[in-house]
Amino acid sequence: MSTTAPIVEMTNISITFPGVKALDDVSFRMFPGEVHSLMGENGAGKSTLIKALTGVYRPDSGTTLLDGRPVTFASTAAAQDAGISTVYQEVNLLPNLTVTENIVLGREPRRAGRIDWAACRAHAAEVLTRMGIDIDPGSLLSSHSLAVQQLVAIARATSINATVLILDEPTSSLDADEVKELFRIIRKLKDDGVAILFVSHFLDQVYEISDRLTVLRNGRFEGEYLTNELLRIDLVQKMIGKEITVLDALEKRSSDDAEDTQESDIPAIIEAQGLGRRGAVHPADISVLEGEVVGFAGLLGSGRSELARLLTGIDRSDSGTISFAGSPVKFRTPRRALSDRVVYASEDRRAEGILGELSIRDNIILALQADRGWFRPLSAKRRNELVDSYISTLGIKPANPDALVRTLSGGNQQKVLLARWLAIAPRLLVLDEPTRGIDVGAKAEIQKLVVNLAENGMGVIYISAELDEVLRLSHRVAVMRDRRLVAVLDNDTLTTDDVLAVIAEGQDLEDAS
Amino acid sequence: MTLTRTQPESTPGTIARSARGLHSIRDVFTNPKYGPVIVTGLLLVGMFIYGMSQYRGFTNPQIVVNLLIDNAHLVVLAVGMTFVILTAGIDLSVGAVLALATMMTASMAQSGLPAGVIIPLILVSTTVLGLLVGVMVHYFDIQPFIATLAAMFLARGLCYVISAKSISIEAPFFTMMGQTRLRVFGLSITPSVIVAVLVVIIAVILLRYTRFGRTVYAIGGSEASSTLMGLPVARTKVLVYAISGFCSGLAGVLYTFYTLSGYALTAVGTELDAIAAVVIGGTLLTGGYGSVLGSVLGVLVLGTIQTLITFDGTLTSWWTKIFIGALLLIFIVLQKVLTLRRG
Repeated sequence: MSTTAPIVEMTNISITFPGVKALDDVSFRMFPGEVHSLMGENGAGKSTLIKALTGVYRPDSGTTLLDGRPVTFASTAAAQDAGISTVYQEVNLLPNLTVTENIVLGREPRRAGRIDWAACRAHAAEVLTRMGIDIDPGSLLSSHSLAVQQLVAIARATSINATVLILDEPTSSLDADEVKELFRIIRKLKDDGVAILFVSHFLDQVYEISDRLTVLRNGRFEGEYLTNELLRIDLVQKMIGKEITVLDALEKRSSDDAEDTQESDIPAIIEAQGLGRRGAVHPADISVLEGEVVGFAGLLGSGRSELARLLTGIDRSDSGTISFAGSPVKFRTPRRALSDRVVYASEDRRAEGILGELSIRDNIILALQADRGWFRPLSAKRRNELVDSYISTLGIKPANPDALVRTLSGGNQQKVLLARWLAIAPRLLVLDEPTRGIDVGAKAEIQKLVVNLAENGMGVIYISAELDEVLRLSHRVAVMRDRRLVAVLDNDTLTTDDVLAVIAEGQDLEDAS
Repeated sequence: MTLTRTQPESTPGTIARSARGLHSIRDVFTNPKYGPVIVTGLLLVGMFIYGMSQYRGFTNPQIVVNLLIDNAHLVVLAVGMTFVILTAGIDLSVGAVLALATMMTASMAQSGLPAGVIIPLILVSTTVLGLLVGVMVHYFDIQPFIATLAAMFLARGLCYVISAKSISIEAPFFTMMGQTRLRVFGLSITPSVIVAVLVVIIAVILLRYTRFGRTVYAIGGSEASSTLMGLPVARTKVLVYAISGFCSGLAGVLYTFYTLSGYALTAVGTELDAIAAVVIGGTLLTGGYGSVLGSVLGVLVLGTIQTLITFDGTLTSWWTKIFIGALLLIFIVLQKVLTLRRG
């Protein structure tokens, strides 16, 4: 394939956002008739690079050649006109219009100043037939499944004779058969000479469909490889990297300690069997003992958060059972789970946790007050005591209970959120990415806190993309891959390499050891 | 090999029945595009059958035409309102702008300006007012409810600036337009009806056969998606408010033909009649679904209720409001059920 010239050639692209170097000297090529996967963890710069290519961002430096000619796109429309089409993760079409319209909208053939509907229908039918999608072009888009809508989005993208097609996480909401159908169409487009950029967190899919990989890490170019020449384990290592985070040395639990927690007489706080939800997580068995920290490891999108959300009643499961402290329960709502002191602290603290317009005090007592019921207010004295004690224990800065939370730094917001949940004395605490986006010092403090909480008998599920962190804190590590729980490993002598191997290949190390 | 056939159970809900067009009566009624309009049409037919069975005078086709004569201004308002609601907006200013148009017309006619100057002036100024509202809504991201509420107070206030008292119009053009009766197919209609029908036809063509019209529907479906699909969202959003402003001005002019006066307290609450007509006509308040013809049906339903009550003679005219209220409630619940079924 190297005989053909690249259709897209981006060299030495750098983009700086205030305070962050989002892309640092990144190069990227796409060849006609080839599927190219852009790989990297969250924040690696994948979307920034895509946006630089599609005209959303202007690179600070570097050049982009399209078919050998240098280009700069002022807008997404300009990029589209040049033949670069994007299909986004969420289907961005119009559910209230017909399939035909969604394909031709904005480019309707016109005759005598009026839209020529016959020509529109013919064009849409032709595009759909060419792609082998057999649906009625006159039907409303909303009458089709998400998978079909996704295909219609691709049909729209290719109907402008796109030479470059960007598919950003197209499979994230599709099931296996639908993915197969999508891949059939991708291969068809590939045979027609379209250059396709495929972004997915599913390694299996990447290895199935791509010819070439570019790996980004922390905004930097790691390398470009032919897919069949790069082992999965190497790919995962390149994506995650081997950065040593500088942290306060946390005293590593002694191995005796770890063994203690494995003894069978320690009761399980929560035990789930066959817990799953179609399209989110395959049925999984998982348990957390009292005083135990269970780490969830896996790449982004592997189902870590989804499994935790099922356990805590945030999302409803459609299979499996949960028993809590020995008796079966059904967590239909987060409120129900809360009443059993099961708490999920969301990874998306801005959207699902912190109320920025309220004070530190209000944010901390929120869950406790909700739990008591709004008609039994805490006394002002009790409230202040509580809030003051959490502010000093967790070291929340500023130590002013009246400060608005949105003015706090990320780490302090995280602490406020933690304080809120700790105030209701949880028995099982799920921390989803508690250290994301916060500085090193705050990270160490939060980790210390987790260790302390577990020592006091609380069960903790610790979800993090940073393997080092998970390994340092957890007694056991649950490894997820492609929405499946592939292994639960005892963390005695576990190394990041062991976990990486499981993430990459799904080998069950428990069998080996 | 199709997705829809190979794995019917893999995607729950709508996919199986949606494979090919409309299969059953149930599909017709739950189709958000046609369902509500069909229901409104059936309702109208039902009311007429009832009227004809009860009152002899109801069999006269002139009844339908009279509905249009009495409601020409409401038809025009509803057309403008349809554009706005299709984009998921709302325009509360139309009644007040109509009143302002009648006041401006009356005072300018009184000062002796010819109709050929007055009418274009009115239409331009109400269009500009609509344009400003559109700019507030789109560029300053003010909720349509608030922006048009402000325009409503502004317009109503300006009416009183012109005059707190009613001004009668004696200019010959206006009396001519108000009193002329044209014979069409043996029925007597006013010039206003012709204007209203023209407005409806132009609106239908705009919405159905121009990119602008399709963009109106697209914005109602999802503004974010429309932007990503490269559609001219900003221009279109501003334009729908300008169209509504234009329609309000035109409706005001038609109203002066009908009443031959201008009065600051004219058409209080008419914006709500227009909204009711649009909603009863099957346009979803959340935008994206609906049609101008549906809105015309909606106006006719409102008018027919009024006529039936007049024929009955025992009920006060306030019963009209009660029936409209009940109908609105039913239609909004119906829309909710339809959208739930689809979602």
